[in-house]
Amino acid sequence: MNDEPLIALRDVCRQFQVGDETVHALDHVSLDIHAGDYISVMGPSGSGKSTLLNMLGLLDQTNAGSYCFAGRELTTLPEEQRAQVRRDNIGFIFQSFHLIPRLTAAENVELPLVLTGMPASERKIKVRQALTGLGLADRADHRPAQLSGGQQQRVAIARATIMHAPLLLADEPTGNLDSHSSTEVIRILEDLNTQGITLVVVTHDTEIGKRARRRIRMVDGRVVGDDG
Amino acid sequence: MKPQDTLHFSYQALRAYPGRTALILLAMCIGVAAIILLTSLGEGARLYVIGQFQGLGSNLLIVLPGRSETTGGAPPMLGTTPRDLTLDDALALQRSPAIKDVAPIILGAAPVAYESREREVTIMGSTPALLSARQLDLALGQSLPDTNPRVATAVCLLGETVWKELFGNRPALGAWVRIGESRFRVIGVLAGKGQSLGSDMSDMVVIPVASARNLFNAPSLFRIIVTASSQGQLPQAEQDIEQIIRQRHDGENDITIIAQDSLIGTFDNILGALTWALGGIAAISLIVAGILIMNVMLVAVSQRKAEIGLLKALGAPTSQVLRLFLTEATLLASAGGALGLVLGLSGVLVLNQAVPDFSAQPPLWALIASVLITFFTGLLFGSIPARQAARLDPVAALSGR
Repeated sequence: MNDEPLIALRDVCRQFQVGDETVHALDHVSLDIHAGDYISVMGPSGSGKSTLLNMLGLLDQTNAGSYCFAGRELTTLPEEQRAQVRRDNIGFIFQSFHLIPRLTAAENVELPLVLTGMPASERKIKVRQALTGLGLADRADHRPAQLSGGQQQRVAIARATIMHAPLLLADEPTGNLDSHSSTEVIRILEDLNTQGITLVVVTHDTEIGKRARRRIRMVDGRVVGDDG
Repeated sequence: MKPQDTLHFSYQALRAYPGRTALILLAMCIGVAAIILLTSLGEGARLYVIGQFQGLGSNLLIVLPGRSETTGGAPPMLGTTPRDLTLDDALALQRSPAIKDVAPIILGAAPVAYESREREVTIMGSTPALLSARQLDLALGQSLPDTNPRVATAVCLLGETVWKELFGNRPALGAWVRIGESRFRVIGVLAGKGQSLGSDMSDMVVIPVASARNLFNAPSLFRIIVTASSQGQLPQAEQDIEQIIRQRHDGENDITIIAQDSLIGTFDNILGALTWALGGIAAISLIVAGILIMNVMLVAVSQRKAEIGLLKALGAPTSQVLRLFLTEATLLASAGGALGLVLGLSGVLVLNQAVPDFSAQPPLWALIASVLITFFTGLLFGSIPARQAARLDPVAALSGR
């Protein structure tokens, strides 16, 4: 494994103004994430774990501190270039799947490729491979409303991995699923990790949290526990 | 993202909200159809009026007594008449080689009676030249006798309406009618020409100019209608008229000559401007449609926040999100414009079927302008919602805030 961390956070702070109060969602967080890591982030609601994930995924910007991605200092990168870094390096999994309802499963998976401007014929092959790999080949032309929760999350995983991004960020990936589907989704994510993808899962399900090799606990915007 | 993919994505988004899309299409469609219909009406009116003038006869000059000092426009109904036009003035005009027909006109109204039937009719005293100058045809009989116009003869030509009213279906040629206190023999009936600039030639009786002078006891002419021998001779004819009358009127320039050309030109300008104004009014409805697009798109952006957030998370740059929503607005506007074009042109077709006398037709500039305006309305009013979408914070958008 490379010694240089994939992501290095140094004293990252993020504050929100809620009414008169300033909420410290991230309070001087320093964190190294290495390629191939399997990390769970746990903590009570409002502890800043989702903010941390958004920060890692370049969706949010720091108020203080620095962010390095694969040795590149990206703290002050403008949004246009952040979008490109996200597109090529980061896959997102959301609790509510965030599939576009009017598009079929295949079209949802295809979306990141469409954004890169890849020709349609090439996209079709990749999408078919991705769906087949997740056992969704026969669901390609179904719309999200016609799929079960577990199937929808698998479509979302196919979309998050279609670009072969090295980093996968999952925010409560099993929050809307029954236990059977949860197990299935977690297993798929762990398989991907085995194949080398760096996986960060935010969850408040301790069973799922415990499966990770490295477990981070957050309270009030601070990392209070980091074992593994 | 490739342009065709952007287009496809936007198209799918529009398909996903059929109600909203239909509403905007309807608004754009009505706006464009309004432009086309209103400008078609304006253009139709212009062509109608020009047609009416041409119905007067070509190469026409009208000589009126009195001098109008105003330039470029209204016929001189006002102003004093220092010297009347006389029959001799009219006959003198025939000296000019640039002039073909000279028709002196005396106008009046008198009761015309045949047996027990009587009608108040406009009486026009003139010469046979009137028929060729005003391009009138005879339905029956012959024209006024081509004799010395200073001699009164008791003959008359009946307009078609007068003939039907007085005689029913009975033959009129050779019959004697009473006009005022005198008796006239009917020698011809004019073919129906219909309305021409307000004077209904079919509801009229034409008698020799000398007879009319006696009938109305008026030595002066109402006007003289002159035709030039050709279109190119019009300026020469006008010059000759002025010169001849000036000689006869002790060197005074006391007549007004109205050329049909300049009248047409004036009306052409006025009605052309009217068409532009109508187009402008209709364009306002397009702007209203544009504002509707903006409002509906603003609602769409707030409803699709999660989708916008997702696109950003997947790596769509701000400019791409902007392009997607602009494409949607432009697609909507263009499709609405196309529908409006079809609706407007069908409306014009129906209108022309319903009113055959009036031929409405859309001017080319209005067609081009309406298409361009719709396109830019979409772009302009779509840009505000699109910009709002592009500026959304991805984290807030993903959580639907």
